[in-house]
Amino acid sequence: MEALLSNVDWPEIGLASWDTLIMVGMSLLFSVLAGLPIGVLLFLTGKRQLLEQPVAYAVLSFVVNVLRSVPFIILLIVMIPFTVMLIGTSLGVAGAIPPLVAGGAPFFARLVETSLREVDRGIIEATQAMGASVRQIIFGALLPEALPGIIAGITVTAITLVSYAAMSGVIGGGGLGDLAIRFGYQRFQTDVMVITVALLVIFVQVLQMVGDRLVLHFSRK
Amino acid sequence: MIVFNQVQKSYQVGGRAIPALHPTDMTIETGEVFGIVGHSGAGKSTLVRLINLLEPATGGNILIDNENITRYSAAELRAFRRKVGMIFQHFNLLSSKTVADNIAFPMKLAGVYSKTDIRDRVQELLARVSLLDQADKYPSQLSGGQKQRVGIARALACRPTILLCDEATSALDPQTTQSVLRLLAEINKELGLTIVLITHEMDVVRRVCDRVAVMDGGRVVEMGLVSDVFLHPQHPTTRDFVFESESVDSQERQEDMQKANGRILRLTFKGESTYQPLLGSVARASGVDFSILSGRIDHIKDTPYGQLTLSLVGGDLAVAMSALEAADVHVEVLR
Repeated sequence: MEALLSNVDWPEIGLASWDTLIMVGMSLLFSVLAGLPIGVLLFLTGKRQLLEQPVAYAVLSFVVNVLRSVPFIILLIVMIPFTVMLIGTSLGVAGAIPPLVAGGAPFFARLVETSLREVDRGIIEATQAMGASVRQIIFGALLPEALPGIIAGITVTAITLVSYAAMSGVIGGGGLGDLAIRFGYQRFQTDVMVITVALLVIFVQVLQMVGDRLVLHFSRK
Repeated sequence: MIVFNQVQKSYQVGGRAIPALHPTDMTIETGEVFGIVGHSGAGKSTLVRLINLLEPATGGNILIDNENITRYSAAELRAFRRKVGMIFQHFNLLSSKTVADNIAFPMKLAGVYSKTDIRDRVQELLARVSLLDQADKYPSQLSGGQKQRVGIARALACRPTILLCDEATSALDPQTTQSVLRLLAEINKELGLTIVLITHEMDVVRRVCDRVAVMDGGRVVEMGLVSDVFLHPQHPTTRDFVFESESVDSQERQEDMQKANGRILRLTFKGESTYQPLLGSVARASGVDFSILSGRIDHIKDTPYGQLTLSLVGGDLAVAMSALEAADVHVEVLR
């Protein structure tokens, strides 16, 4: 066993795992904070919706599509000057978070839009008939009704961010991905590679399980 | 009172205006149960949604208690909608809220009720619709009839003066339909609430409505007291609806009439005359023999009525007819 994992520096692995956790956690938080309002706006301005605004929808939708169509590895590089401007460095855990949010937020926004569209129109109509304002419809009816879908969306986004965060190791992002690239890939330490991949798999499994539990808990259908 | 003054509604489809409701005049009195019947696509959904402006009118004025609601600002419209309850075919309850929270929802939206007010009112309404033991359940745990009762309780929460029912019983089985209709009739009587009810079933109209409008192709083609419209339908669409509700096969009826001898009359009577032993005494007085080809004795809301198709042989027909008319029976000679 010792020989098999001779290159594995466990404290280093622990530190890298923690970094990944922080990167995914922080970028998930900001992706949700930014993506939720964008998703609600996409939904509301869409065709035959409460605040139908074809131009606003087209612009917003275009921006989201652009961010989503750029491969993440390219987005990482394109974002470097902006990241430096924003937080002073493009390296390490902190430097990875802006590109992760730029990738995660539009992704999550689309998932929010989709789950809002799945709310029965009749419920919106009934709430309108009660004299609710648009604000009350959003917070009183739409978001609570779409909550299970939104939680599922957060889970999918979190898992996507795990793989994005690993990718950010390429430009010096820190975390398990960085470890895999520096040791597993560049120094041919296969055992390090295996351990980091195994940890990422476990991480994703746990996220999915927790997400599914939460969805089930909030589903009343 | 709800007054429609040349109200119309059209939709813009590909640059062209497609009419959903042609200019319509209509008055619905305070406290009555007003039915709107029509096939799907006849415009009845549009008509009922004009009353709370879920569908904005494209022409004309809608006056409710002498206020022109078509001129309301957004805030005035929201305040007005709180005084108009609405129930739906598919109930439209919030699946994420319990029964009690669904009923409390419109009161919370209104923002003028205290927590204790809301709690008391919810209890009162739960009792009203016999759902006290279901307060903490979620809509998915209820039957269709129970869901509609929640819908009714929710619609009544802010003490509205008008209740709109959009095909409220169309998704329910006959027995549940009956109990929901009975509940609506009770509410109408006890609270003096004006009820506007749209349906595609004439039977629903017959059971609860005072007056009815029949719609076809975006127009009101017939309007009047349910007993008049039901017993003496004028427009072909109305006739279809009445026959449909009586499940009459017109071909069978023709065959019956061909086999019968003598004159064929249709007698229509309602109210007290339903209970009079009229046919026997008329037959004795005029010497006419009769046989009943078809008939129906039932109720329109609370009024009993009957409609019989008879074939008459021998005796003095003129005497028989005048005796029937004297007894307040409407006589129609079919052959």
